[in-house]
Amino acid sequence: MIGNLDYSTLQQIWWIIASLVGSLFLFLTFVQGGQTLLFTVPRGDEEKALIINSLGRKWELTFTTLVLFGGALFAAFPKFYATSFGGAYWVWMLILFTFVIQAVSYEYRKKPWNFLGATTYEAFLFANGSIGILLIGAAVGTFFTGSSFSLNDLNQVTWQTPYRGLEAARNFFNLSLGLFLVFNARVLGAMYLINNIDHKALTDRCRKSAWKSFLWSLPFLLYVLVNLLFMQGYARNPETGEIFLQSGKYLQNLFGCPITLVLLLLGLLFVIYGVAITCFRGRNNGIWFGGIGTVLVGLAVFFLAGFNNTAFYPSSYDLQSSLTIYNASSSHYTLTAMTYVALAVPFVLAYIAYVWWQMDSRRLTIDELQSENAEEMY
Amino acid sequence: MVEQIDLTQVNWARAQFALTAMYHWIFVPLTLGLSFLVAFFESIYVRTGNEEWKRLTKFWMTLFGINFAIGVATGIILEFQFGTNWSNYSWMVGDIFGAPLAVEGIFAFFLEATFFAVMFFGWNRVSKGFHLFSTWMVAFGSNLSALWILVANGWMQFPTGMKFNLDTARFEMQNFWEVLFSPVAISKFTHATSSGFLLASLFVVGISCWYLLNERHQTMAKRSIIVAAVFGLLSATYVIFTGDEAAYTVAQKQPMKLAAMEGLYVGQESAPLVAAGLINSAKLPGDNMDPFALEVKIPGLLSLLANRDPGSFVPGINDLVFGNQEQRVIGAAERIEKGKIALELLRTYKDARKSGDQAGAEAAQQAFAGYKDHLGYGYLNSPSEAVPPVGLTFYAFHIMVITGSIFPLVLLLILYFQIKGNLASHRWLLYLGILCVPLGYVSSQAGWVLAEVGRQPWAIYGLLPVTVANSNLTTGAVLTTFMIFLAIFTLLLVAEISIMAKQINIGPEEN
Repeated sequence: MIGNLDYSTLQQIWWIIASLVGSLFLFLTFVQGGQTLLFTVPRGDEEKALIINSLGRKWELTFTTLVLFGGALFAAFPKFYATSFGGAYWVWMLILFTFVIQAVSYEYRKKPWNFLGATTYEAFLFANGSIGILLIGAAVGTFFTGSSFSLNDLNQVTWQTPYRGLEAARNFFNLSLGLFLVFNARVLGAMYLINNIDHKALTDRCRKSAWKSFLWSLPFLLYVLVNLLFMQGYARNPETGEIFLQSGKYLQNLFGCPITLVLLLLGLLFVIYGVAITCFRGRNNGIWFGGIGTVLVGLAVFFLAGFNNTAFYPSSYDLQSSLTIYNASSSHYTLTAMTYVALAVPFVLAYIAYVWWQMDSRRLTIDELQSENAEEMY
Repeated sequence: MVEQIDLTQVNWARAQFALTAMYHWIFVPLTLGLSFLVAFFESIYVRTGNEEWKRLTKFWMTLFGINFAIGVATGIILEFQFGTNWSNYSWMVGDIFGAPLAVEGIFAFFLEATFFAVMFFGWNRVSKGFHLFSTWMVAFGSNLSALWILVANGWMQFPTGMKFNLDTARFEMQNFWEVLFSPVAISKFTHATSSGFLLASLFVVGISCWYLLNERHQTMAKRSIIVAAVFGLLSATYVIFTGDEAAYTVAQKQPMKLAAMEGLYVGQESAPLVAAGLINSAKLPGDNMDPFALEVKIPGLLSLLANRDPGSFVPGINDLVFGNQEQRVIGAAERIEKGKIALELLRTYKDARKSGDQAGAEAAQQAFAGYKDHLGYGYLNSPSEAVPPVGLTFYAFHIMVITGSIFPLVLLLILYFQIKGNLASHRWLLYLGILCVPLGYVSSQAGWVLAEVGRQPWAIYGLLPVTVANSNLTTGAVLTTFMIFLAIFTLLLVAEISIMAKQINIGPEEN
């Protein structure tokens, strides 16, 4: 059946798959959000160790999802991969640096002779959770605000600013999206820790922190949403493939593709419900609502950018260099082959869920950190 | 396009790729092999129920974890660097090259990431059996990820299963299975992973030798030596077998790399193998200078290695640069001419399409078919550009082989005396066992230097030179990121070695 799918269907399927992986990554940034709580929420080393060990069992999932997001975009939309990574060089490099320093920090923080000292590794984790997520948000923002680049006949990119992508963080829309993601990650991080750790004083502080971060996230979320409804968008003429500016484009996308509207509203409701039951009902399962909500909002954002004849990686410098899911994708053959491969995704999700359930059926306690397996703990 | 090439920028981008790949490869082979060794140790623990084996497992697992973390840290950049620094490459071959990377993420990385947490934190949270299963999954996941990335690298060495699309000016996949089962990909995978098994065995044996020398943790050390030496010897045998296969595929698919590996300038029948030698660095293709200041040759062996026939002809660098009609070798000089025609026809085709000249486009397309195999050569300016750095390639190959041939002998001796029960009294052998650890790393690094430097000037062998594959960046930007990577990775390496040394010094927990 997959072998008979036409090219544009496959292109759309792969935009959905890439969006799903990207949105799952946004959910999994609860790890990064949790990392930013390290300097303020825990009191004393024991509580800090609880947070590190709780997040330390999940950080690789987030990291791997980011790598898969990159791999999926490389395979399915290589022109985007080439244009954005090769063009917005500095923004991606800075994001990568924060993930490089994250990867060693859990393992090395508490080990004797770790050369840099525990505080440095904690600072690395904080930088990853704050700067890393902020820049990812700013980069996603350019899906709507556009970037300054042009492509020649052979699709080689020329970036028009010397800041190579960092200029994205100067745009208030992009910055707001980035800050929203940072605070949302903090909300998710706090809710995950509440779910995962058995320590009343610490989880009580997490609840307060979740509420505060949620309030901080609201103005940025509102700014992004209101702008999205009214801003000009990069539309594609379905007959000629020509790109043109259209006012209210994303508003039209919301109503032209009602599923996006449903995903957005449902997602926001889920996040709000998750926060409400965490902060006011003392429940521990808010992370699931917050997580599902984040995935739904993420899907809505990516769908708004890519579907309904929209350029998902627009060039504000040269409209016709803008990338759409139709002109940036791999060939029909590769998309077909990769769709067969993607059939494995539910299986992968299933064993991740099974292992998560096996490992987290009991909540983490200070006693466990001091048990016979203490030397394995972070 | 070619006119705008900034060679300094390309070279810094190459240096950055070399730096990050070499750092990454310090940690990967140990992960590949130690994951299996830990799985062996834990399997023995689960079978015997002996807590000593559990202690031993946990000790090696701790070292595995320290190494794994920095392996992950240095790995992420490699995937994204194709986009950031080699964006033209990413666009031109993303159709083929991106697929194995995505498959690697789906199939392998999640296995590692998911079961790693169980392996380290699941001792009291899951059953003994499920824990052991998780340890095995981490080992399979690590090696599965090696498969996919080596398939991708194998394709760069020997591009297959694709066609060139004139409209998009890029290479597109035609046959996924041809890419996956290409002989170069298979030999790369088997050789690289088995060399990782060997390196990890040397690591375990070397550290155990150190304990024996210091009369500490002797029971654990002896047990570790038995398992690791057996695994190492089996792996070494396989490394030799796959190495021979790798050399054969290089000879068949990348004759220029083979010629550089051996410093062979003038092709000949019954070509001798240079077992060791000093390269004459002033030697250029086509001149009359002796390529070696000093060399030791074994008659006929290169022909046997290259073609499985001791009397066969092996082309040299001169043949591959200038051509050899008698042996029907097309030289780079002729290929450059044809490549330039191919590029011109590509431009004609694109112009015709743009102006709506259907007949012109078709004519250009038909003519292009006769020259397409030489397209990559059209980007070169002189035939000597097709020659990789001979000295580096030659020395890397010989360092790999010479150091590599010491390991099975040392492992065999260590295993023999361990079984006899008097290993500890042969202190020289214990020192040799320790020395093999750094030598193992040197050998392993040399292998990759050979593979990658020997492929130059190509990003994709014969199709796309590095000078066209890169991103449009300033030299300053790439130089800056190079320096940042150098600083961060060196800092992290120092931390890793320091932590590792301390953990080895502490040793396994006592009862």
